[in-house]
Amino acid sequence: MEQHIHPEPKAFIWKYVFSIDHKVIAKQFLWTGLMFLALGGTLAMMIRWQWAYPKTAVPVVGALFLSHTGGAITPPTYTSIFTMHGLIMIFWAITPILIGAFGNFCIPLMIGARDMAFPKLNMYSYWMFFASSVLVILSFTSQLGAASAGWTTYPPLSTNVGAPGWGQTYMALAIFATGVSTIMGGINYIVTVIRYRAPGMTWFRLPLTIWGMWLTAILNVLFVPVLGSAALLLSLDRLAGTHFFVAGAAVGIQGGDPMLFQHLFWIFGHPEVYILILPVWGIVGDILSFFSRKPAFWYKGSVFAMIAVTVLSAVVYGHHMYQTGMAPLLGLGFEMLTLAISVPAVVLFVNWLNTIWKGSLRLEVPMLFALGMVFVFGAGGLTGLLLGTISTDIYLHDTMYVVGHFHLTMAAASFLGSFSALYFWFPKMYGKQMDQNLGKVHFWGSVVFITLVFGGQLVAGYSGQHRRLFEPYQYTYIRHLAPLNRWTSFAAFALGATQLIFVVNFIKSILMGKKAEQNPWHVSTLEWTHCASPPIYHNFDIVPTVVRGAHEYADPAVKKKFGRDYLDQVEPGLSAVDEDSSAGMPEPEAIGAE
Amino acid sequence: MSATVAEHGEHHGPAEWSKDAHYGRASAGKIAMWIFLLSDGFSFGGLLLAYGILRAGAKAWPPDASLHEPHLGINFTAGLTFLLICSSVTMVLAHDAAVHGDRKKIIRYLALTVLGGVGFLCGQMQEYFGLFHGEGLIKEGLVFGGSAYANTFFVITSFHGLHVLTGTIYLFITLIAAIRGKYDNGNHDGIEIAGLFWHFVDLVWILVFTFIYLL
Ligand SMILES: [Cu+2]
Repeated sequence: MEQHIHPEPKAFIWKYVFSIDHKVIAKQFLWTGLMFLALGGTLAMMIRWQWAYPKTAVPVVGALFLSHTGGAITPPTYTSIFTMHGLIMIFWAITPILIGAFGNFCIPLMIGARDMAFPKLNMYSYWMFFASSVLVILSFTSQLGAASAGWTTYPPLSTNVGAPGWGQTYMALAIFATGVSTIMGGINYIVTVIRYRAPGMTWFRLPLTIWGMWLTAILNVLFVPVLGSAALLLSLDRLAGTHFFVAGAAVGIQGGDPMLFQHLFWIFGHPEVYILILPVWGIVGDILSFFSRKPAFWYKGSVFAMIAVTVLSAVVYGHHMYQTGMAPLLGLGFEMLTLAISVPAVVLFVNWLNTIWKGSLRLEVPMLFALGMVFVFGAGGLTGLLLGTISTDIYLHDTMYVVGHFHLTMAAASFLGSFSALYFWFPKMYGKQMDQNLGKVHFWGSVVFITLVFGGQLVAGYSGQHRRLFEPYQYTYIRHLAPLNRWTSFAAFALGATQLIFVVNFIKSILMGKKAEQNPWHVSTLEWTHCASPPIYHNFDIVPTVVRGAHEYADPAVKKKFGRDYLDQVEPGLSAVDEDSSAGMPEPEAIGAE
Repeated sequence: MSATVAEHGEHHGPAEWSKDAHYGRASAGKIAMWIFLLSDGFSFGGLLLAYGILRAGAKAWPPDASLHEPHLGINFTAGLTFLLICSSVTMVLAHDAAVHGDRKKIIRYLALTVLGGVGFLCGQMQEYFGLFHGEGLIKEGLVFGGSAYANTFFVITSFHGLHVLTGTIYLFITLIAAIRGKYDNGNHDGIEIAGLFWHFVDLVWILVFTFIYLL
């Protein structure tokens, strides 16, 4: 595929606003995502405040936004808060940061391309996302309150009957819009990886990050349209007087089916959790290898495990509907398929552990966050077994246990994975070095408080506390859990406060950070070995020819010859120097293989 | 394998790709269209699933005799289906002409394909509103919002109609490019990609026709 070099635009609007440069678009996604992360985090703090001190005035935020109640959270406001927290975190924080920012930034640079396959489509994808963000903000301004049907948007709660007003409608439209943006991005990612790899960058020489991003993109283009169809039908129900999801007396003659929405939602919803975790698996797989100075253990096993998860994720969605009265035989099928996902997940996990086993670990900030991700993902994965099994799920269903499990596996794992990526690629993105000490404080605060917060939720749920309750302690059987909840809330506030350290570090480093070298981490992938920090407009003056995979570390012969412990993906390597140089490219497997 | 150095900025220094087998030969645009169609197929899948679940849960279909909802006219729509299939054939012929760089034939067959699309859209207008003759389904009592039967019918057929409209405009733009001689050199990729979309719209219609009208 020919890739021309275009002149870099000079005008501000084309350079920073309507840019078609994947690196700029990545930053746009990053900033928008971080803003929404702060917003979603603030909402989480409000939920925790309500559980620690029910019906009392929320400090600061309450005075700003809830002045009409004297700062206290009312039941309708409370439902809006947890609904918007969930939707914002998933679609407007994690998705843009992980996929929008790092997908955009890493794919062309790591495969040796000058940009995405369709740079303009890439720009439209961001601005479509931006439009959906505006709809989210509009939802907050609605007179009857923001969306309030829970992040799953189940009817009848999400119909005009359960959630009147524009708040919920804006969110249904926003989900549709962000879905369109995601599909545009997904098509771009898939085509770019298929067609724009540098010469010699075969599929099994791709960094694991690219595999994660690519498989995520596939899940996105396949399953986001199903969510789109659900959002479309819901919007019609709310705006055009149809009743796809409303049944019974509300409709009269002939109604729709609320369960229909659950099917459409979870056909998308289960792949969605892998959409958000596959990039993290890829990134962590690479970073563990880079900072252990060892090849990624059983690279192909990790790749096939990720592919297996991608395939399996499409056929397990029924485990979200165990308690909806589905046929027991069907439930059993979903249960078996769900538990089968543990197999590839454990393959990945064991590969990670084997990668760091006996490595010479460099505990720098990206590595710490990657290890933290492995920890919370392990804890989250184990607690998931009890939810995937029907007999135990009957007890745990709709309790705080589900919340704790979900947040450990998906929220905390993608959160720590995102920060691992952010600290790792920040020098390449901005050409500046972040403060490593502040980064370490940020890490330890995050991982400790995350464990306490979501561990506390697991315990509360296991003790029988239902989720989403406005005032849990009105039930005598939950009342004794009030101190537990309060301590969990304290941990949550501390977790929130810890993030301020990151904000300071991030802004400070961009403005006056130390200039970063080209390859500060001494790693082997193209963006570090063949691009400046930050990269030039078209990334590569000469598109490099790749001769080996991304994890060539710890070969004693290399160390002897080159005085460093890794080979980049392009240089000739040992055989070309030692042996007959006319013998052609060295086989990558011949060097530093397991 | 070789890579040329970019020395002079604008439009210089494309990276020449190796002829490695694992890169394949399909253009980026063609792969993108295939993936888009797969994705689009899933949105139709979602809507058709909704139709299936609602219909399976209904006691009768059309559901309520008291609404006096009309039955769908199969004969007329079968004609439309035939028209769409014919336009797929002319699309194939247009592509064949493009392979040979035969501008006259490209224009002729593309124009016929566009006409097929326009004809289908007119047929749908006739079916909904009775634009040319008779009453149309809406006046006969099939009202959007009236019943699950009407809701699914209008959402799915109009969603497909939107695709036909998009495809017709897309083909019309391709036609203008052909008139300007864009495909004279035998570079038929653009026409092939447009054709992929058109065949997809055709294929989906056959499914929609089967599920909504015939079954
Ligand atoms: Cu699931």
